[in-house]
Amino acid sequence: MRAALLMVLFLVSGFSFSENPATENRIRSLEEKLRCLVCQNQTLADSNAELAGDLRRQVREQVAAGRSDDEVVDYLVQRYGDFVLYDPPFKARTLLLWIGPFVLLAAAALVLVATLRRRRRAPEDPMLAPDDKRLVERVLGPVAAPGERDGSAQ
Amino acid sequence: MIPEIGHFALIVALAIALVQAALPLTGAARRIPGFIAVARPAAQGLFVFVAIAFGCLAWSFYSNDFSVLNVATNSNSRLPTAYRIAATWGSHEGSLLLWVLMLSLWMLAVSVFSRSLPEDMVARILGIMGLIAVGFLSFMLFTSNPFERLIPAAPDGRDLNPLLQDPGMVFHPPMLYMGYVGFSVAFSFAIAALLDGRLDATWARWSRPWTTAAWIFLTLGIALGSFWAYYELGWGGWWFWDPVENASFMPWLIGTALIHSLAVTEKRGAFKAWTVLLAIIAFSLSLLGTFLVRSGVLTSVHAFATDPKRGIFILCFLAVVIGGSLALYAWRANRVAPGARFDLLSRESMLLANSALLLVACGAVMLGTLYPLFLDALGLGKISVGPPYFDSVFMPLMAPAILLAGIGPLIAWRKGDAAQLVRRLRWVAIAALLGALFVPLAFGRWAVLASVGLLLGFWIIAGALAALAVRLRSGTRPGPAFLGMLLAHAGIGVFVIGVTLVKSYETERDLRMAPGDTAQFGGYEFRFEGVREANGPNYTAARATITAQRSGGSVVRLEPEKRVYLVQRNPMTEAAIDAGISRDLYVSLGEAVEGNAWTVRIHVKPFIRWIWFGCLMMAFVGLLAASDRRYRAVRRLEDAPAADATVIRRSPA
Amino acid sequence: MKRVLLPLGIFILLVGFLAVGLKLDPREVPSPLVGKPAPAFELPVLHQPDKRFVPADMRGKVWLLNVWASWCASCRDEHPLLVDLSKKGVLPILGLNYKDRGEDAQRWLKQYGDPYQLSVVDADGRIGIDYGVYGVPETYLIDREGVIRYKQIGPITPAVLERKILPLVTSLNR
Repeated sequence: MRAALLMVLFLVSGFSFSENPATENRIRSLEEKLRCLVCQNQTLADSNAELAGDLRRQVREQVAAGRSDDEVVDYLVQRYGDFVLYDPPFKARTLLLWIGPFVLLAAAALVLVATLRRRRRAPEDPMLAPDDKRLVERVLGPVAAPGERDGSAQ
Repeated sequence: MIPEIGHFALIVALAIALVQAALPLTGAARRIPGFIAVARPAAQGLFVFVAIAFGCLAWSFYSNDFSVLNVATNSNSRLPTAYRIAATWGSHEGSLLLWVLMLSLWMLAVSVFSRSLPEDMVARILGIMGLIAVGFLSFMLFTSNPFERLIPAAPDGRDLNPLLQDPGMVFHPPMLYMGYVGFSVAFSFAIAALLDGRLDATWARWSRPWTTAAWIFLTLGIALGSFWAYYELGWGGWWFWDPVENASFMPWLIGTALIHSLAVTEKRGAFKAWTVLLAIIAFSLSLLGTFLVRSGVLTSVHAFATDPKRGIFILCFLAVVIGGSLALYAWRANRVAPGARFDLLSRESMLLANSALLLVACGAVMLGTLYPLFLDALGLGKISVGPPYFDSVFMPLMAPAILLAGIGPLIAWRKGDAAQLVRRLRWVAIAALLGALFVPLAFGRWAVLASVGLLLGFWIIAGALAALAVRLRSGTRPGPAFLGMLLAHAGIGVFVIGVTLVKSYETERDLRMAPGDTAQFGGYEFRFEGVREANGPNYTAARATITAQRSGGSVVRLEPEKRVYLVQRNPMTEAAIDAGISRDLYVSLGEAVEGNAWTVRIHVKPFIRWIWFGCLMMAFVGLLAASDRRYRAVRRLEDAPAADATVIRRSPA
Repeated sequence: MKRVLLPLGIFILLVGFLAVGLKLDPREVPSPLVGKPAPAFELPVLHQPDKRFVPADMRGKVWLLNVWASWCASCRDEHPLLVDLSKKGVLPILGLNYKDRGEDAQRWLKQYGDPYQLSVVDADGRIGIDYGVYGVPETYLIDREGVIRYKQIGPITPAVLERKILPLVTSLNR
């Protein structure tokens, strides 16, 4: 029983491992950018699924055939669509995605500046801020503060 | 019998929760002391019954009761004891029960530690938490009963997913849920304050310790999850921007904004409405996360098996709770008196900017997480949004926040002194620049992104040290809260340095190695010794031995494994890690190839432990804050910061 | 509009999307090949290994290419429908036997019926990758000019047959 299971472990994979570390790095970084189509959100590099193995073999063969990174990625996108890319392409329908955060940032900055300006021009609040009040109390003793409820004691 | 007791306990709990929601809220609105008094005992009773239910489920797992469907699906008699118990929360139903248990724990804590709060406030807070409990308990009882029976009972279980058979499973979900659910306290405080109609600084003071506690648990929970993924999953990564990871990170970002905003509201009476909104958003994100993980709208390795009916239930619950809160906010927030005035250059404005940046960052994460859903819903096809997107968007957004965090503690409240600030920042800037320029040289390679990251990391640490120096020089003793704040900021710096160095300088190789083969890189020589059989209690494995040696240094042995678990039969990688303060060596075993060789992946990861150490530093704030007088009966008046004293002296009466 | 209503407004929009999202399947990958020429290939025929088939052989006809395998459980669900369709002679159905073993495939067809004019053997799945196959069964509707007009992911159900495939076949045959 255990021997049989160990046999399962010793699957001989058929791919030809390149001896060149730079090529291996390139292949792996491509595999990390591509999505395993049948998995629950995993890269092609990390998936144990059979289709992932097939696609990894394709990537390896394409690289060995001298294709560039873009060409390899494009090969898969032509067949499986943009879903296979973890780096969403910059297209009309992903415009909001890529620009959105920076639009949000700009909007937040505008609102922030407007709010700060408004604060500066607001009339001085006659009530002391809470920690100023605590400091004053320390020096002068308790200060009556109508309207502000103190959570301690009564 | 025991599962039935558990089921019954849940039904009783639901009844109590209904009472806990209805009576105190009515009592607080109509000033009926009898109803108000129901709040505390109801919360305590709820805890008792939820604990009984949880105990029954845990017992069913511990005693291998395979007549319970949940146990049969997620456990196995050969599973080690600790994991049998942890499997209680390894499924959708079980983890929901854990969620409700955490909620009842927080409710219990609120009912016990709130003696200094007015009774009607406590009634409202517990009433709202009771409403949330009603939602989750109903959800469980109607769609996700953990005590469902399997008749006839299975002879044995389907086993817990091998990836979950790890100490991480024992600690990560409880810690994470303590944080997630803990924001319900801040949320309930905020809603109670809105209902009450009085939104003043005292609300912030009461709310602060609860929120900080929840934030600490969430920080630890996320850090644990990241660390667990790192050593367990075998690919050497520690964050994938997976939807479920993002679902926990978004509340963390807003929670961070919230604790800062609460500080301002408490001290200066400013941002009252904004803080309330943040408290609502933080818990809303927790609820949204619950929806995303359990409804099937997004794909994730962490997602639970789903059912459209469940998704609809949670979405309706979300709509009612969050929609209701935001509507209440829209209605009542206008009644808030504006807070104290402050200048453009002041700590208040720095903190407001910090809030804004964190909100934008959270918005960006949400945009990326939900964008595939948006496009698909509009019929525009399917895309994937993964780490390349998040990395390129998130880091530029956080950079200004980190810069501000270095400046904030050095600038006065209300009216900052520009000249003084520049003087204080001078040393901070020098330290940051030195770090950014010289540390990369130690690695032998200068990289722009590395320098930027190091600049930010050293900047915030130096800023914290400078603030400490200012405080010490002013003669006032720094209190625990102040030290905690500095430690948390420094922790962020340590985190940023760790991330920067790992991403910029890690090296990895995929190699085919036969016994006796060596490889040189990353400053080490790696030697593949061989592979032998090594079996565990519920798996068989092939274990490799690889040695690593730095020139002239000691030899490190690494033993990665490839396991096949007996029940589920999927091959699994157990990476071997040699941990160190300045680097981790990470080796994982691939597959056997011809010639008695195996494919091996070796990583050298510099300073990766700093990532989690930084998180620990952030969480350590809690221990310091707990020693703070806030928890003591007599309130010693707080640190009168030198900066504030300056303000009082200089500004006209 | 008052600024305080903004969070509520954004939330309502979000809930709308999430509600729609509940009806979608995030794991279904639509094919970019719809509207494009069916990729060319040359593969051996299942029952006659010496014979070779190319898609161009089917020019001038509207036909279905059904990806199937003997190890595929859901294929058994849709198979009776295909057998029935072929008996009615509505349109030619060709099979792409995906990552399967010849003997297993032939045995399976003998057991469950053979609706295919012929089946080609894609032993290592390469042609499947060319067609963007990521699961089994999948079916392609190809028109007279050899252009893919529709892809069915998963088993063909009677509803899909009635509402999508047959009307399309009729319009393509005109």
